[in-house]
Amino acid sequence: MPSFWLVIVLIALALAGFVLGRKRALATAGGDMKQLHSLPAYYGHHVAFSALVPALAVLAIWSLVQPSLIENRVSDMVPASFVEEGHTIDLILTDVRRLADGLDAAVAQGALSEAQAADLDAGTTDIRALLGDLGVALGADVQPEILAAAQSYRGLSDTASTAKAAVVILLALLGFGFAYQRTHKDFRARNVVERGVMALLIVAASLAILTTVGIVFSMLFESLNFFGLHSWRDFFFGGTWAPNFRGDSDLSILPLLWGTLYISLIALLVAVPIGLFAAIYLSEYASAPVRSFAKPLLEILAGIPTIVYGLFALLTVGPMLVTIFGKGDDGVLGVEWMSGATSVLTAGLVMGIMLIPFVSSLSDDIINAVPQAMRDGSLGLGATRSETVRQVVLPAALPGIVGAVLLAASRAIGETMIVVMGAGAIAKFSANPLESMTTITTRIVSQLTGDTDFASPETLVAFALGLTLFVLTLGLNVLALYIVRTYREQYD
Amino acid sequence: MSDISQTPSQIATAGKAPSKHAGSLLAQSPHTKKRNAAERRFRAYGMAAIGVGLLMLLILVTTIVGRGTGAFQQTYVTLNVELVEKKLDKSGTRDLAAIKKVTTFGYAPLIRDAVAAKVAELGIETDLKPKALAGILSKDAAATLRAFVLENPDQIGETVEFRFLTSSRVDGYMKGRVSRDSIANDKNISPEQLDIVDAMVGAGTLETVFNLDFITGADASDARPEAAGMGVSMLGSLFMMLVVLALALPIGVAASIYLEEFAPKNWLTDIIEVNISNLAAVPSIVFGILGLAVFINYMHLPMSAPLVGGLVLTLMTLPTIIISTRAALKAVPPSIRDAALGVGASRMQAVFHHVLPLAAPGILTGTIIGLAQALGETAPLLLIGMVGFIASNAPETLADGLLSPNSAMPAQIYEWAKRADPAFYERAWGGIIILLIFLVTMNTIAVILRRRFERRW
Repeated sequence: MPSFWLVIVLIALALAGFVLGRKRALATAGGDMKQLHSLPAYYGHHVAFSALVPALAVLAIWSLVQPSLIENRVSDMVPASFVEEGHTIDLILTDVRRLADGLDAAVAQGALSEAQAADLDAGTTDIRALLGDLGVALGADVQPEILAAAQSYRGLSDTASTAKAAVVILLALLGFGFAYQRTHKDFRARNVVERGVMALLIVAASLAILTTVGIVFSMLFESLNFFGLHSWRDFFFGGTWAPNFRGDSDLSILPLLWGTLYISLIALLVAVPIGLFAAIYLSEYASAPVRSFAKPLLEILAGIPTIVYGLFALLTVGPMLVTIFGKGDDGVLGVEWMSGATSVLTAGLVMGIMLIPFVSSLSDDIINAVPQAMRDGSLGLGATRSETVRQVVLPAALPGIVGAVLLAASRAIGETMIVVMGAGAIAKFSANPLESMTTITTRIVSQLTGDTDFASPETLVAFALGLTLFVLTLGLNVLALYIVRTYREQYD
Repeated sequence: MSDISQTPSQIATAGKAPSKHAGSLLAQSPHTKKRNAAERRFRAYGMAAIGVGLLMLLILVTTIVGRGTGAFQQTYVTLNVELVEKKLDKSGTRDLAAIKKVTTFGYAPLIRDAVAAKVAELGIETDLKPKALAGILSKDAAATLRAFVLENPDQIGETVEFRFLTSSRVDGYMKGRVSRDSIANDKNISPEQLDIVDAMVGAGTLETVFNLDFITGADASDARPEAAGMGVSMLGSLFMMLVVLALALPIGVAASIYLEEFAPKNWLTDIIEVNISNLAAVPSIVFGILGLAVFINYMHLPMSAPLVGGLVLTLMTLPTIIISTRAALKAVPPSIRDAALGVGASRMQAVFHHVLPLAAPGILTGTIIGLAQALGETAPLLLIGMVGFIASNAPETLADGLLSPNSAMPAQIYEWAKRADPAFYERAWGGIIILLIFLVTMNTIAVILRRRFERRW
């Protein structure tokens, strides 16, 4: 792990820089701290940061960029005839990488010398068997072109890693030397250090933007790849979802969207009335002890991980619904409407339970924000408490409550574990809540787990689904914010 | 002047005059009754809503506890196994390489003989063949035996007492999960075998005891639910949390300090703030897609590694930590900053020497809550491959723990839930109990920290 050692070396340099910088500053002031512009520690920090920060930044950027640069060089070596119809070069590059890793392992374990690894000939050596003995499994026999590419990959990686180490250490030494040389009793170390720290703070804050950009771009590029391989008309307007890993699949989002919205609707039908009434009761009726007892307990429901709800749906609610609706004459209702434990109703009910505290605590905050004077006025005119709630408090809180419901809807649409375990895998348009249906999130999971080939539309469709999901939830959040901001009553 | 002067007709009108609001104050008018009924109904709806919510919590908790506690008990059978030298070490040299050549298949006959001997010793009459008798035991028994022999080759030839796991069906029978009716079509166990089990329980050979292996052990393959444990995936979660803590806390605090204390009010700051609040609402699976695309496909970090899981969860937790840290910074009154500036500190010094230490308890509370959220998150882990294999080896070094494939607690629970075997379902519920114990502990620590150190100015 050379990068690890590089970091250790850098940290050691920084520590030495701190001690030496501080010492030198004091020395120039003749040991009298009052002669210094800044406190002695700032001179130390100055040298340490100058050595550490630029070098670390270069190390990070270099590590990020190096793989793609090397791959570009190597992919030029692979003949175009190797790239199969409908596939990209990524697959071949994966082989190249695996072979290169295998050679590394062989060298590390002593099965090959460094020179042997560089001169291997696919014609004379059975590389697959050789590496197989070392525990590196290759998918197929090694072709000479791939071997050449792998050897050049190793060579380039080696050179690049050496160059990386040299550049990083050189940079650290330069920073060290420059800062050390500047250290003097009149040098404004505190100002420089504080400017540096400020820059670091800004970088940390910008990471939020970087994450969003990362999310959007990672999904956008792969989605564009997908739309290059698959018609966008079928994705947005087709009627069937039938992925077929031999190719020629129907990949339409509409049946998935229907399942997602149907399950979310049931969840909201459960969560909104219960959550809203709970919030009204807690804020308008409940005595202080009841409130301090019931509110945290309800909020526990929000802290339970979704995997727990998923298991609850799969193993408790689903079988319970089957005994009610699906057991025929043995069941509670004597009907046979439901065949398996997974269904829209299963997932919807459980998701509804999960959303109760979400709706109730958001609504509670909003109802509490309605000024007491309005309630007093209504009660003073002779309205009962429920009339006050219905005719005064709720209308005043309505925009906030709509916002809360929209936020809950966005949560429901993006929820994954409950639907993965409770909703099923069949994509269809059906209005029967006892049938199993599938959602956008479950399909993302199933298309991206297991053996995936990032060149086939069946895998790439997951990124298009993810992007749609992202846009959908973002749209709901923005709409919720907009409603709250625009229609909020101003009381002050 | 007096009432007497009123004519009878006047009295009549006076009696009729309040016809609109007739009736006494003591008897309610129908309208009032209706309004009061509506009031009571409304109130009842509210109470019912709270009741339903709390009932759901109760059902959830009793389900988890009722179905999960079984995983903390396991049925074992005690047997005396003769480690026959002829079978385990033909050469008699105690050469480890030679002993290693004997696979678990070679150990199965020893176990068969031991069970048959035990049954004979207890005086149980049965028509079952030794192979069927050994079916009471887990498939793990031979592996346990082999591991013991490899560690203690000098004991070959002796008779050693072992405590073996029973098969998951026997375990289920002891816990009441499996009954004689339910096994009618089960080819893994027969009523005759259960007769033997009953006799062994009577003799004290077979008993159900606390299952430490479930907490410390590794996952096991599909056929051996009785040997599966949470230990290795707990380590996976631990390494992920280390990554989250090491990255999310410093970055989150730095970002909050900038936004709360230094940021000028301009479009860039606005964009950052909107971004952070939006990121907090992005579905967790989207972070999984990001992790897959950036960390695995682009940067070629190893699949299934806790390092990647930690990075993804860091991005997911950052908004939570930033929001709570900003609240904590905001709660420190401006007078503290003014005082620091007044005695000559720079703005940076005021923040780092005075505001930050005062906000530390709030920051810590927010961080713990963010970590608890990350610990229970499953969806992104599915996409970066932390599900779908058997996490069997505990990592030995820090680098190994970060980079070698592992599972995590919620991913392990999901994995067990996918295997269609009630014995694994019991493990899944048991895993949830462990996970919830961690979450409750973390949240309790957060609450205590808040109570203990929160200052009101």
